[in-house]
Amino acid sequence: MSIRVLRPGLLTTVQDLGRHGHQHIGLCPGGAMDVVSLALANALVGNPPGAPALEITVIGPELQFEHDTLVALCGAEFKGGFPHNRPMLVRAGATIAVGRAARGARAYLAVASGFAIEPVLGSCSTYLPGGFGGFEGRALRHGDVLSPNEDVSRERFAALKRKNGATVRWSAPPLTLPDREPIVVHAIEGQHYGMFDSAAQRAFFDTVWRVTPESNRMGFRLGGPPLVRAAAGQSSDEILSGPTCLGSVQVPPSGVPIALMADHQTTGGYPRIAEIAAADVPRVAQMAPGATLHFALTSLQTARELRLDAASRLEAALRSIAWEYGM
Amino acid sequence: MARLPKPLGVVPLGDLAAYVEFSRTLDLEVNSVAQRLAAAIVARAVPWIRDVVPALGGVALHFEPSFEGDVREAAAELVELCMKKGLPDADDLGRRIEVPVCYDAEFALDLAEVAEKAKLPAEEVIRRHAAGQYRVLMVGFAPGHPYIGGLDPKLAVPRRVAPRALVPAGSVAIANQQTVVYPYAISGGWNVIGRTPLAAFDATRLVPSMFAPGDRVVFRPIGRRVYLELLEHP
Repeated sequence: MSIRVLRPGLLTTVQDLGRHGHQHIGLCPGGAMDVVSLALANALVGNPPGAPALEITVIGPELQFEHDTLVALCGAEFKGGFPHNRPMLVRAGATIAVGRAARGARAYLAVASGFAIEPVLGSCSTYLPGGFGGFEGRALRHGDVLSPNEDVSRERFAALKRKNGATVRWSAPPLTLPDREPIVVHAIEGQHYGMFDSAAQRAFFDTVWRVTPESNRMGFRLGGPPLVRAAAGQSSDEILSGPTCLGSVQVPPSGVPIALMADHQTTGGYPRIAEIAAADVPRVAQMAPGATLHFALTSLQTARELRLDAASRLEAALRSIAWEYGM
Repeated sequence: MARLPKPLGVVPLGDLAAYVEFSRTLDLEVNSVAQRLAAAIVARAVPWIRDVVPALGGVALHFEPSFEGDVREAAAELVELCMKKGLPDADDLGRRIEVPVCYDAEFALDLAEVAEKAKLPAEEVIRRHAAGQYRVLMVGFAPGHPYIGGLDPKLAVPRRVAPRALVPAGSVAIANQQTVVYPYAISGGWNVIGRTPLAAFDATRLVPSMFAPGDRVVFRPIGRRVYLELLEHP
């Protein structure tokens, strides 16, 4: 049932929903940057939402399938011609080339039954800085061989309604792809918002920020005017190192904001000017270097409503996919 | 029983986490209360909380994404409930950890500088560091990276002006009133005065992190031979 990596792409790693419950020992949850697209890709091949899948970044891999394998690709649009947002039965011996991202930055490739990966601390996610989890704790390379957990592809494909050859006549909605740029990212005032002078506070919400190439799974560095703190010249030591979360926007002395992403540090000594609403984190994860965003000041209450809305949209999409499987 | 300090407040940490803040400056007593509160919250096994993170000056609570309520209110209520019921005793928390450290010159990259700044002979710096009774205040920055309090005030030297691009894994370092152990080779600005042969973090171990918040720590000086032996057979 093996799947051979002919070309690894820019950064292809195995990810699931991450390892939780270890932040007190400094280990971040990690996991898929865009958990919504991960869940959709998994649902399309009949998996639970958190099954381990491949997270593909900007330049996709080329993979060869030894057996008939039911796969789905969700998230960013890639130019390789492989169908997006629908289940597809890849025939034995066939090769797929995902190509280059045209819109968005990350796509998730799920296979029926999930990839067979030994969990580390309760998760199959690859944690690159620590070199563990996923496939040997690293990004995929040429020649790597993965395999699905079980041989269920043909059986599952047979269960699907409304088929069209090796795929289906319908597709799942893309829920996290960026709309017109700059995309609007909702953010709540951070604990240290008041430490920035009013000009910096205004600049934070007025600026069209650009995701710089110095961005990765740990954090996105945002290009724009440096944000100056109220008391200039003080060192970062004055802030007691404290907790961070997924979506924290911290401002080091350079004034260049960093939005913390999946593999973020669990604590930090830089002031946190804002936190991105949880509902918007998967959309931010779809931003490639060069993409632009602007922050909209949001209340905790509104952020909560956005989160519940996003959850119900995903829930509806997952329900309609389940219906196609007759469930 | 001494009265427990009240939190300064509960601040949202995004819409899926909240930070229960006790202090904005480092206070070992307050830090200990934060750890006791964290232990009380963990003991309740609240289903909608998936991470309880005691930090230097408070406790962060990370919520399940399915949580539908207001994180700030929920955290404040939970804290009040725990504080009312009484917190576990500090002495009952944490483990006792003995960390073997080789203070030989080849590992103690900044010992001479520290000795000069502290106006103490190098041997005295080592003696004082190894004589200390420490407690882990927080684990953060990197997996298994402890911030350990209880450093001899005579050794409280500032961080290096120019951080090292790569501090070797296992390095034991000091700055201000704390000591740290680098679990990985990472960049850092603390003054390196020795190295432990043991891995501070190993995800494949039953207990991945050598240190957890609240652990009591002592450093045991070892020679180069023992260091190399322990490196081979931890």
